[in-house]
Amino acid sequence: MSETTIGGIANRMPKFIRRADPAVLTAFACIVLLLFVGSLYSRSFLSPEYLLQQLKVASFLGVIATGMMLVILLGQIDLSVPWSVAVGAMMACAAAAYGPAGVALAIPFGIFCGVLIGIVNGIGVAYLRIPSMIITLATNAVAQGLMVVYTGGFSPQDSATGAMRYLATGFAIPGLPNAVIIWALIGAVTVFALTRTGFGRAVYGIGNRERAAYLSGVDTRRVVMIAFAVSGGLSAFGGVLLAGYASKAAQSMGDAYLLPSIAAVVLGGTSILGGRGSYLGTVAGVILITLLQSILSVMQMPEAGRQIIYGVVIVAMLLLYGRAPASR
Amino acid sequence: MKDWRYWLAEQRGTLLALGIFFVMFVIYTSNHPAGFTANVVQTASNKGVLLAFVAMAQTLVVITAGIDLSVGMIFTLTNCLASWLVIGTGIETAFGVVAVLGTGLLCGAINGAIVIYGRLQPIVATIATGAVFFGIALLLRPFPGGSVNEDLADALTGRLFGVVPASLVVLLVVVLVVWVPFSRSVLGRAAYAAGSSEMAAYMSGVPIRRGKFAAYALAGLLASIGGLFLTFFTYTGDAAYASGNTYTLFSIAAVVLGGVSLFGGKGSAIGAIFGALAFRTIGDLLFVFDFDPLWQPLFQGVILLIAVSLGAFALFRVRNRLEWFL
Repeated sequence: MSETTIGGIANRMPKFIRRADPAVLTAFACIVLLLFVGSLYSRSFLSPEYLLQQLKVASFLGVIATGMMLVILLGQIDLSVPWSVAVGAMMACAAAAYGPAGVALAIPFGIFCGVLIGIVNGIGVAYLRIPSMIITLATNAVAQGLMVVYTGGFSPQDSATGAMRYLATGFAIPGLPNAVIIWALIGAVTVFALTRTGFGRAVYGIGNRERAAYLSGVDTRRVVMIAFAVSGGLSAFGGVLLAGYASKAAQSMGDAYLLPSIAAVVLGGTSILGGRGSYLGTVAGVILITLLQSILSVMQMPEAGRQIIYGVVIVAMLLLYGRAPASR
Repeated sequence: MKDWRYWLAEQRGTLLALGIFFVMFVIYTSNHPAGFTANVVQTASNKGVLLAFVAMAQTLVVITAGIDLSVGMIFTLTNCLASWLVIGTGIETAFGVVAVLGTGLLCGAINGAIVIYGRLQPIVATIATGAVFFGIALLLRPFPGGSVNEDLADALTGRLFGVVPASLVVLLVVVLVVWVPFSRSVLGRAAYAAGSSEMAAYMSGVPIRRGKFAAYALAGLLASIGGLFLTFFTYTGDAAYASGNTYTLFSIAAVVLGGVSLFGGKGSAIGAIFGALAFRTIGDLLFVFDFDPLWQPLFQGVILLIAVSLGAFALFRVRNRLEWFL
């Protein structure tokens, strides 16, 4: 009885709403709510300049969260994000100190170092079957150790190249920050890869049941390995952009991106168990997290309060729609 | 005749950790400039016991096939709380200790409630609660400071009869009071069963929810004992983000070295204690060999990487490739 009523209502809704994931809709509803709360605090909250600025800040998290989403879709997790970000930033800045060739190769070199970290993660998870949570924590520790040895425990003095600054803060199209364009490009490629290629199908398949994907002839280990390498590379690229934004690299610059990137993906409706989720949800999650951070800083909340509210909001939202099904 | 073989197979991980620790400690003391003296042992045990408590906490959760990425933050939070409360006359100090331990228990219980009754994934849920715990710690101690009842602190980090490090005695007492009763109780067995196979445990009518909840709550308690000891050790409270994260990371390393299976259902807190002591000793080996301290994070990271990769050797025993995908 009640099912037919709900079905009747759903049938009258436009097609795109019927097909949408309720989690994604909830995330977008929360964004609207946050914008409303923010506008109560300050008139300028809804001005185009401010929103564009937020979108620019969001795009750094968006690039990093894209890699995290790939890994989470596999049913794994990448906890090496903090030092992948820092390695990408530091190595790109370090390369810039080696003459014109170094300046030209700074960005590819930073990304390459992140891909290396990702490949170590991928080998551990795919071929050695080590739980991803553990191996990525370990590579994170090794990357940190390498950077501490390299920098001598201080923030490096090398500064970002002009190209890095241009990517992070420039305007190729007037009015639209480059960082947003980069995020849009990466997002478009990701959506294409996830929905239109064999790789994307394999990712969803592995996330649902790796055994079944393997028996269907998918080289599951290679797919997992590639996904981790891409995640490491994107984290490092996020670091390169951040270094361009701040015009230098810092020791703990990546620490602030681990929880937000996981939260953005999960709040966007991607199942932490893998196999289910859309990129649109991740976009919603990234914007949601960025707006939340922005409102907290507009309210001049001290760091302590920010951490508390942040954790509480994430747990609350997950309790709203991120719960595992009741077993049995 | 067969009994001791079963026992040996069951305790293999623990005995291996004990062996690693023993070898490392012999190398450490024989190269230490002061040699094997009561002072060296006392310092080593004070440092090792901190990690041992946090590693025990992690063990309880890992046994249920979960993970607690907030142990380091509970450790930091209780450290900050203790620097406010564990001070003054005997009764005030006792009240403070109880309050600190109660806070740890509460933090663990919150984790347990969210993970078990809220049905959230332990990784994400404990990262988020960890942020909350760290925020509260930062509220308590925006800047490092505070003080502690120094008589109690000196007594618990000193030596008994001039030889035995008091911290080791406390560790032993905690093992006897918390771990031994838990692992032998119905709840403890339920925690093991839930980690081994939740479905089978449920079908057999094992109280898995209560067992897992007890494991998470006791993990908070053990982490708070660690936080209390950190206060006794340093005389101050310090809400340091990096230190909390490091302890979480090292607790996982210690658990792996101690032969506790990260897939749940296997291992013991005793193994994790030796894993923690071994990990600390390995980290300190650099100092006795006069390496630059800058190399220590890298060295510990590499050891962690090797330790977790050792588990991969089980792959060579797999006959059917489908068993890769458990």
